[in-house]
Amino acid sequence: MTIEHEILVIAAKSYGLFYLIGLSVIVLAYTFWPSNKKPFERAAKSIMEDEDRPWQ
Amino acid sequence: MMVSQLTVGERQLALVLLILMAVWGLVMTLAGADGLFQAQGTLIFLYSLGGIFLVLSGYFLPPPAANREDRYYDDPTKAGIILAMIWALIAMFVGDWVAWLLAYPEMTFDAAWASFGRLRPVHTTGIIFGFGGNALIAASLHVVQRTSRARLPDQLSPWFVLFGYNLFCLLAVSGYLIGITQSKEYAEPEWYADIWLVVVWVTYFILYLRVLARRKEPHIYVANWYFMAFILVVAVLHIVNNLALPIAFNHVKSYSAFSGVQDAMTQWWYGHNAVAFFLTAGFLGMLYYFLPKRAERPIYSYRMSIIGFWGITFFYMWAGSHHLHYTALPTWVQTLGMTFSAMLLVPSWIAAGNALMTLNGAWHRVRDDATLRFMMVAAVFYGLSTFEGSFMAIRPVNALSHYTDWTIGHVHAGALGWVALITFGTIYSLVPWLWKKERMYSPKLVEVHFWLALAGVLIYVFAMWNSGIIQGLMWRTYDDAGTLAYSFVESMEAMHPYYIARAIGGLLFLIGTAVGSYNIWRTIRMPESAGVVETPVPEPAARPVLRSGE
Repeated sequence: MTIEHEILVIAAKSYGLFYLIGLSVIVLAYTFWPSNKKPFERAAKSIMEDEDRPWQ
Repeated sequence: MMVSQLTVGERQLALVLLILMAVWGLVMTLAGADGLFQAQGTLIFLYSLGGIFLVLSGYFLPPPAANREDRYYDDPTKAGIILAMIWALIAMFVGDWVAWLLAYPEMTFDAAWASFGRLRPVHTTGIIFGFGGNALIAASLHVVQRTSRARLPDQLSPWFVLFGYNLFCLLAVSGYLIGITQSKEYAEPEWYADIWLVVVWVTYFILYLRVLARRKEPHIYVANWYFMAFILVVAVLHIVNNLALPIAFNHVKSYSAFSGVQDAMTQWWYGHNAVAFFLTAGFLGMLYYFLPKRAERPIYSYRMSIIGFWGITFFYMWAGSHHLHYTALPTWVQTLGMTFSAMLLVPSWIAAGNALMTLNGAWHRVRDDATLRFMMVAAVFYGLSTFEGSFMAIRPVNALSHYTDWTIGHVHAGALGWVALITFGTIYSLVPWLWKKERMYSPKLVEVHFWLALAGVLIYVFAMWNSGIIQGLMWRTYDDAGTLAYSFVESMEAMHPYYIARAIGGLLFLIGTAVGSYNIWRTIRMPESAGVVETPVPEPAARPVLRSGE
């Protein structure tokens, strides 16, 4: 039981930290990637267009 | 008529499913070990039988027109809105009932079903799953179709999700009243109801994915990310936390797969993420679609909504252990939960700030349009209650707040101030759009509802802050001899006036909901306005005149 607990603590304190940092870097890179700027702006505006029908 | 929209094949499949459900209910009734299991089986049987009669009554109607693909399929959303309002009335009524019960405990009339322990989960399940869940299903099906520019892939699965889900809610609340519970907060229903919810929820998830797969819009709008996180994570949480072994397959009672502190940790990993993904992510999906629509302004920063999304989904997962401060849980796990709870303030305030910045420049609309004001105040309460939550998760703060009414105040700042208000704003937007009316029946009554709701939540929250802090301080006040200065009963006496105030605040909120339900009902029955397209109509019309201070 102690060994299991120790392993979990080590994992949480080491890999967990790098997992958190790695994910943050990926998310920030995706969000601020220059070529993503236009699609994001378009997405924000696209919901404002009112069409009561699906696109065919 | 609902059945007329189903194709002949869907009508047949609906009958097959309903007959299977009826058989399931019948088997539970006949083979049940006791009256509890039999009662739940009978409920399933009668519910399915009602469905069978409904399908048969419309079975020979002409099949739906082939050009139905030209339109979005909104009837399940309409039904979901009505069901959400019915659940809101029932569950808020029960909520206020138990609030009075706490002030006057003799009101149980010596009846087991009327005890606090049975009525309280009727309130919580009815609000979270009945009101919140139906509103989320309704709103998500609306949003995913509009943002994907694609119709739901079939007519049967949305009805299966909606009616299947409401069967789960009915099994849950009727079970509590007769004494069925697995004693896990917000996960009280027993194993058979839990398995049924898995079936319904997986269908919902697949339905959502199928719409996204049919999308004509290349980018998936961020509101859908939140709805997807809500559906997917709730499925994972529900399955893991409810892993249990029934004592027999014809008996309601089951035992959890976990024990001791692992059980507590699993439960609060579930419990806090139910707050995160049911009561936050799903409603943020609502916010990110309906607030820009109603304000007629695109979201202030789309990038912030993405960072906020990943922050919320990632951080919340680790916050549950703050419910178990100063328990047998290892201290480092408590610290982990505390740290992630504090970090959560960043993505939470990103969302609240993004919502308020979107309104910046549209304040005249907020002033004139009570529907938009519902959403604005919801965003403010979201910001307030997430700040409060991060604060209360800090261990020494928790030492004062835990087990006191402060927690109840915090939960209701979130549930009334954020979840219910954003839902009402969404419903007041959706009802005229979907039922093709120019506006709500009475914009004045929307105003009345807004002020009743705001007054109710403020009275509620202030009463519980006062009560909770007094309670917490009385429990930790020692005299010179080193013994407790107050007995527990003395702390209860001190809380009595606040309990009455809380019950009055809840009553105002309930009256507001009743006014809203009446207004929605009258709007639905208004004659259809000719040529109304699906555009948000602010009511009353925004005045273009500039005023000082603008």
